[in-house]
Amino acid sequence: MNRMLAASLAALVMGAGPALAQISDGVVKIGILNDQSGVYADFGGRWSYEAALMAVEDFGGEVAGAKIEVVTADHQNKPDVASNIARQWYDVDKVDSIMELTSSSVGLAVQGLSRDLKKITINTGAATTELTGAQCSPYGFHWAYDTHALAVGTGGALVEQGGDKWFFITADYAFGYSLEENTSNFVKEKGGQVVGSVRHPLATTDFSSFLLQAQASGANVVGFANAGLDTANAIKQAAEFGIVEGGQKIAALLFTLAEVHGLGLEAAQGTTLTESFYWKRDEESEKFGRRYFERTGRMPSMNHTGVYSAVTQYLKAIQQAGTDDGDAVSKALHEMPVNDVFAREGRVAANGRMITDVYLMQVKTPAESTEPWDYYNVLATIPGDQAFMDPARSGCPLVQ
Amino acid sequence: METIFGVPVVALYGQLVLGLINGSFYALLSLGLAVIFGLLRVINFAHGAQFMLGAFTAWLLLNHLGVGYWFALILTPLIVGLLGAVIERTMLRRLYAADPLYGLLFTFGLALVLEGIFRWYFGAAGKPYTPPSDLQGAANLGFMRLPKYRIWVIVASLIMCLSVWALIEKTRLGATLRAATENPTLVQAFGVNVPLLLTFTYALGVGLAAFAGVLAAPIQQVSPLMGSQIIIIVFAVVVVGGMGSIMGAIVTGYMLGLAEALTKVYYAEASNIVIFVIMAVVLLVKPAGLFGKDA
Repeated sequence: MNRMLAASLAALVMGAGPALAQISDGVVKIGILNDQSGVYADFGGRWSYEAALMAVEDFGGEVAGAKIEVVTADHQNKPDVASNIARQWYDVDKVDSIMELTSSSVGLAVQGLSRDLKKITINTGAATTELTGAQCSPYGFHWAYDTHALAVGTGGALVEQGGDKWFFITADYAFGYSLEENTSNFVKEKGGQVVGSVRHPLATTDFSSFLLQAQASGANVVGFANAGLDTANAIKQAAEFGIVEGGQKIAALLFTLAEVHGLGLEAAQGTTLTESFYWKRDEESEKFGRRYFERTGRMPSMNHTGVYSAVTQYLKAIQQAGTDDGDAVSKALHEMPVNDVFAREGRVAANGRMITDVYLMQVKTPAESTEPWDYYNVLATIPGDQAFMDPARSGCPLVQ
Repeated sequence: METIFGVPVVALYGQLVLGLINGSFYALLSLGLAVIFGLLRVINFAHGAQFMLGAFTAWLLLNHLGVGYWFALILTPLIVGLLGAVIERTMLRRLYAADPLYGLLFTFGLALVLEGIFRWYFGAAGKPYTPPSDLQGAANLGFMRLPKYRIWVIVASLIMCLSVWALIEKTRLGATLRAATENPTLVQAFGVNVPLLLTFTYALGVGLAAFAGVLAAPIQQVSPLMGSQIIIIVFAVVVVGGMGSIMGAIVTGYMLGLAEALTKVYYAEASNIVIFVIMAVVLLVKPAGLFGKDA
């Protein structure tokens, strides 16, 4: 009896502290769920976890009087594994929000599950526009980039250079389809045509037979609608089979700093690509990049910096709302502008899409590069409104 | 243009040549597996990791010691083979008496550990390795542009496969090896150091995997995952060829490479399962494999 009384008293006293009472279990827990052992382990992996830790440290380790914790796990690019971890995190470990979520199939699965539980997800790693399209969620946010931005950036640049006949080599899952579809639509809108496409399983090491088909197709652009190690292998082998020498251009539709580093400038030089962040963009980004480098030995890509930005913005939203309740935080996230090292004047649309500038880059030649990780020439800045799909046309039911 | 089932003949030739290249790797790797299984009765699940180790050793030799491709091609199998010998002497040997399942579990664990270590140090995206300067560029075969390096892969793999086959089937050492598998006690009674022979055999199998790894380095990214991606296919090759059959492993390796290439022409989405479909059919019709003697 006494114990119960003490407990109720304690609860009463705790309730008196206004901030703490609003944070469930007194801790804000953020989960970084991504591929840590497969083809996307460098694209995100533990490097994203580090970025999240940095964001928490920079925020001061506390929000609204509650401690902030970051947990991480490997989803192996499998939606079922990811859903199980997410459920365990929400139900048992009291995780409040899940981020990164590389791989579109995983991203869609976890966003769907989180919607039912009113938990916030901020996706930086997956590419599909479905996340903010037909399958959008009031609690789901899409941060760093998407297939639409990649199509407009890389696709647009090549169409402008006269690339009007495309052949796609596409990863055989949700992401690949989305990227191919977005780019195809864009190419066709600009008067070009798609002469063929072929699909390969995730984690393919030998692209030669697909490249041969691309060569025979009569296309003037070969679009790689894949990512990570797959794209790196495809580019390397394209050079061997003389795709570029034969007069065809290569479009690496999703290729980031981490993969350029892995491939080496010798093989990657001249590749056009789209990223929403480059560490040498300006003074602020360079400062961030060097801090990140000190911790990890590598420079951040748009995905890593995207995680930093997503975590920071989530914490700001909790601070603004004074609670970690899903509805209130979602409202704050939709209302607040995004201003940090990643995004300038970024804003979140009704469908959950964060709209910010993206950059069209070209990989430097080994001679142009003055230091390690100095890999890009920035060719153009694409304003967010052009890069991302008009929310009204996204097919998201949340947009009136 | 002449076509076969709607595919231009020239395109078909091109794909078949590519199938032969993939087949070269399947043959080399399944040969190593067959040697180890045939003589040691160990299912070497670490074969993929040892293949990866070969590629990384070549990369490390080049980038840290300045050792070029050609020396690496000879040195790497020796280094990795030696490592295999150490593993056999200190660990694997203890499992011979136990159920074969233990050997499988041990080598599987070993593969995971090796891969994990390399992923930690080098990341998953892998490292670039350029082909040697004498083999850069491509040859025009009329129906396709074939990188010279890939021609070399076919040649090197054929030479290596036939040499190993001859070593085991045609030489005195090979005869002793085979005898040691049949009846180790009797062979030991003739004064042959059987444990040493077994160590040599394991090292030979591992060295073959490393050789294939060096061959693969300039074609793929040198990546910690390269082994696990190919090893499952190679096991299927061994099963189709008949567990432990040396010639079976070689011939099946090339054959399945070609089958895969044909699938890529007609229905690319099925290319990664066609080998397993063939495996299932062979197991149903001829459980011992195409070249196997006993079921």
